[in-house]
Amino acid sequence: MTTQRFDWVGTIVKPAVFTAALVPLAALAWNFFHDRLSANPIADITNATGIWTLRFLVITLAITPARKLAKLSWLSRFRRMTGVFAFFYAALHFTTYIWLDKFFEWQEMFDDVAKRKFIAIGFASFVLLIPLALTSFNKAQKWLGGKRWNALHRLTYLIGIGGVVHFIWRVKADLREPTIYAVVVGVLLLLRLWWLIAQTRWFSHAGQRKPLQSSQTSPSASQSFSNPVVRL
Amino acid sequence: MVQTIEAASAAVVGLAVGAAVPERLLGQERWPRGKKRPFDSDEEPNSYKDITTYNNFYEFGTDKSDPAKNSGNFKLSPWTVNVEGLVKKPAAYHLEDFIKPHKLEDRIYRLRCVEGWSMVIPWLGFPLAGLIKRVEPTSKAKYVTFETVYRPEEMIGQRRPYLNWPYVEGLRLDEAMHPLTLLAAGLYGKGLPNQNGAPLRLVVPWKYGFKSIKSIVKIGFVEKEPPTTWNISAPDEYGFYSNVNPEADHPRWSQKSERRIGEFLKRKTVMFNGYAEQVGYLYAGMDLKKHF
Repeated sequence: MTTQRFDWVGTIVKPAVFTAALVPLAALAWNFFHDRLSANPIADITNATGIWTLRFLVITLAITPARKLAKLSWLSRFRRMTGVFAFFYAALHFTTYIWLDKFFEWQEMFDDVAKRKFIAIGFASFVLLIPLALTSFNKAQKWLGGKRWNALHRLTYLIGIGGVVHFIWRVKADLREPTIYAVVVGVLLLLRLWWLIAQTRWFSHAGQRKPLQSSQTSPSASQSFSNPVVRL
Repeated sequence: MVQTIEAASAAVVGLAVGAAVPERLLGQERWPRGKKRPFDSDEEPNSYKDITTYNNFYEFGTDKSDPAKNSGNFKLSPWTVNVEGLVKKPAAYHLEDFIKPHKLEDRIYRLRCVEGWSMVIPWLGFPLAGLIKRVEPTSKAKYVTFETVYRPEEMIGQRRPYLNWPYVEGLRLDEAMHPLTLLAAGLYGKGLPNQNGAPLRLVVPWKYGFKSIKSIVKIGFVEKEPPTTWNISAPDEYGFYSNVNPEADHPRWSQKSERRIGEFLKRKTVMFNGYAEQVGYLYAGMDLKKHF
């Protein structure tokens, strides 16, 4: 008799994480309507949506390393959700900028993107997020094929760097907070680089020596053996 | 112009009181009181709450809400102001003796922050010119320097070196002598709250807010252009003059418009923050994009 195991992650944890991911927005709205933001609420909304974009990017980038290091395979089931939430907060951040901050002064925004490097890199990062959000559903993955989909979604690394640089470049004097984000994103990307190097070395050695011993390798490594796309 | 200055100085409203004096002695708590004076902006002042909860005072932290949160234990007395350098009467004054000879007056000024927001603030203070005449600078003195108190034990921002502490600022002597330039000891007819630069701060309404140095303990007179804190921090972004100028963009953002706190749509930023008629002559012939 086969018993269907209860899917804790899918039925309990996922909805909980989804709800939690909306808390920053709810808090912002609550504070806004209860007059608990500062004297400059538009700046507060800009800052809050910006920082939560960066936080969700960091969380998304942390999932694969956490999954590998802690050997929690179910973590990968959250990657899409946190990634889409990064886009969600980025879209709110961008909307705040064009609507509340610039109030559709297109010329001024055009000048901003052209002249201000911190705006340019923030804008570029947001634009790069769009194709990722558009291809975040299962069918898109099928249409593109795993290889191309993976390659496309590796843009996340670039977006993470862009987000951190955007933050660093807009700060006036105190670099402590953006530095923390820079270090975290840096570590998460270096881990991948490390794995990439380790894996390609193993790959070339293994190719010269003997066929792969499946008992010694993780599923993802065996996948990358048969398919040279390294999954990071 | 000078007549106007005298008229404004003569139109005295406040008593000569320091921030240390209890509020009830300042009389009326509500603002405005009396009639509009020549230098007053006729715009609606921002609320006391906005003015006292949305502050840039990095000595108490970099968030706008930090100064109000972190300045509660800041000690205002005893407070000594040192006047030094190229003056005939250098001296260390107790705050009360420093303020006493001057008549405090209300002045409603616009304040434009370099970050792109602005407020209208009813200060209570006296023209810096009055003090300068009192201490008699020598003919060599060309610039006035200012220094904020350095007390890392009370000012948590000073424990980290994101700016060069203590905060220093400076003005050309003629800018300092200008009748708009104020030493403020209060706002809304009351003593200055800690987060707004108590007990004594500078107000230079045609320059970006950071020129208006807070919690002053030193005023000096020198021959050469003095170093200023934000200029040391980022010389390409913050010049010595830092006059409000919509045509001279900050390298990282436009200065063409500003958000008046409390308003939704942005306003166009005006040359010298709208005080061009009064102060324009100070910069005649100067390239203000070069001397930003």
